[in-house]
Amino acid sequence: MSLALYVPRSSPAHRTPAGAKVFALLALSVLVFVLPTLPVALAALAGVLVVGLGVARLPAALLARQVRVVAVWVLTIVAVHAVLTDLLLGVTTAVRLLALVLAAAVVTATTRVTAMVAVVECVAAPLRLVGVRPARIGLVLAMTLRFIPLVAERADRIREAQAARGGSRRGLRAMTTLVVPLLVQLLQLAHTISEALDARGADDPASRRVVREAA
Amino acid sequence: MRIRRRHLVPPEADPSRGIELVGVHHAYAERTALNGIDLRLTEHRVGVLGANGSGKSTFARLLNGLVVPTDGQVVVDGLDTRTAVREVRRRVGFVFQDPDAQIVHPTVAEDVGYGLENQQVPPAERTERVAEILDRYGLAGHADHPAHLLSGGQKQLLAIAGVLVMRPARVVFDEPTTLLDLVNARRIARVIAELSQAVVVVTHDLELLEDFDRVLVIDAGRLAEDGPPEQSIRAYRKLMADR
Repeated sequence: MSLALYVPRSSPAHRTPAGAKVFALLALSVLVFVLPTLPVALAALAGVLVVGLGVARLPAALLARQVRVVAVWVLTIVAVHAVLTDLLLGVTTAVRLLALVLAAAVVTATTRVTAMVAVVECVAAPLRLVGVRPARIGLVLAMTLRFIPLVAERADRIREAQAARGGSRRGLRAMTTLVVPLLVQLLQLAHTISEALDARGADDPASRRVVREAA
Repeated sequence: MRIRRRHLVPPEADPSRGIELVGVHHAYAERTALNGIDLRLTEHRVGVLGANGSGKSTFARLLNGLVVPTDGQVVVDGLDTRTAVREVRRRVGFVFQDPDAQIVHPTVAEDVGYGLENQQVPPAERTERVAEILDRYGLAGHADHPAHLLSGGQKQLLAIAGVLVMRPARVVFDEPTTLLDLVNARRIARVIAELSQAVVVVTHDLELLEDFDRVLVIDAGRLAEDGPPEQSIRAYRKLMADR
């Protein structure tokens, strides 16, 4: 399993600040919903392809993969509209969805996780007022991306180990026998990760120190 | 126990004191992990041997305050791990056995930069130091690669780079070669041998400790041997053979 989202390149799209890209994505989403016509949706799709393939020089296969992921939904939308409303509306909705999915893929592929995390931290900054630390939210986001493949890998290892001893790899029983050992492994992993975060200064605000004293 | 917040002047470190353990006892609930450890470590390279469950990982964790002893005192370069844990952690880097548990960011360069962010190193200097350390450990070509796609040896190098980039005064390694093949284990051994920092290495890899200055053997939570590598390795082999 790969979450290799960022595609390193030296392009104007890569150099554009993450906040500006997220804002552009937001603006595009609003535009295609405020002006729900086929020409606008097609123009948005064309613009995204020009930026993605022309400016950012992303591999066409990367965008094609994103299209494949939503292909079933796109076709379903067209079919449902063709039957219930009209084909033109279905095509417009489908093109709009494709444009937004590809735009999100372009933003993700041209933005480092740390830059995206910085945007999230910036957006979450007002939460400081209620005692939430935005840096923690950013760290959670980065760690989620980091550990999804690791959790999938651990689950695969458990499935293989069970299959090697005659266990089933499919069905409800396989799921239940997977969940408990996976949970135990993840709890152990979480403990070590928390130690690793401490060891690398995760809780090291230079300005404030906590002193524990016996009462 | 109550928690009191107050602003303090960070305590001063005194590297000449080395690592001091005074009457250290540590227990996890009913299980005693370490009992009656009194030591002073001033050598550049110290190895720690012991069977599984002997208490050696607990010993390693005591040295940068990941574990605070139930009784007794651990003082690193004059800093008590109980009262100056943040200063201790800044001085003592810790490399875990499983690099997967230590790599917390999705890509290689981002993960190496994580500790520097915590130290509030300015972005330009951060980028420079990350590039420098990735180059030193042959990971420069992987800077933007997803960390989970690296080989086991590369992951361990990345974990080490993520610690060394913070420029600790000392580094503690907890079984750094256990999950590696022979080639990568030797590679990590060379990395450790070339470090300018004082190191403490907990391991089962006897070859790794042959050139060390001092080797401790921990057995059932107690110090069973303490001496030059040859003497301690012999004692460790005998201890294992007698089981």
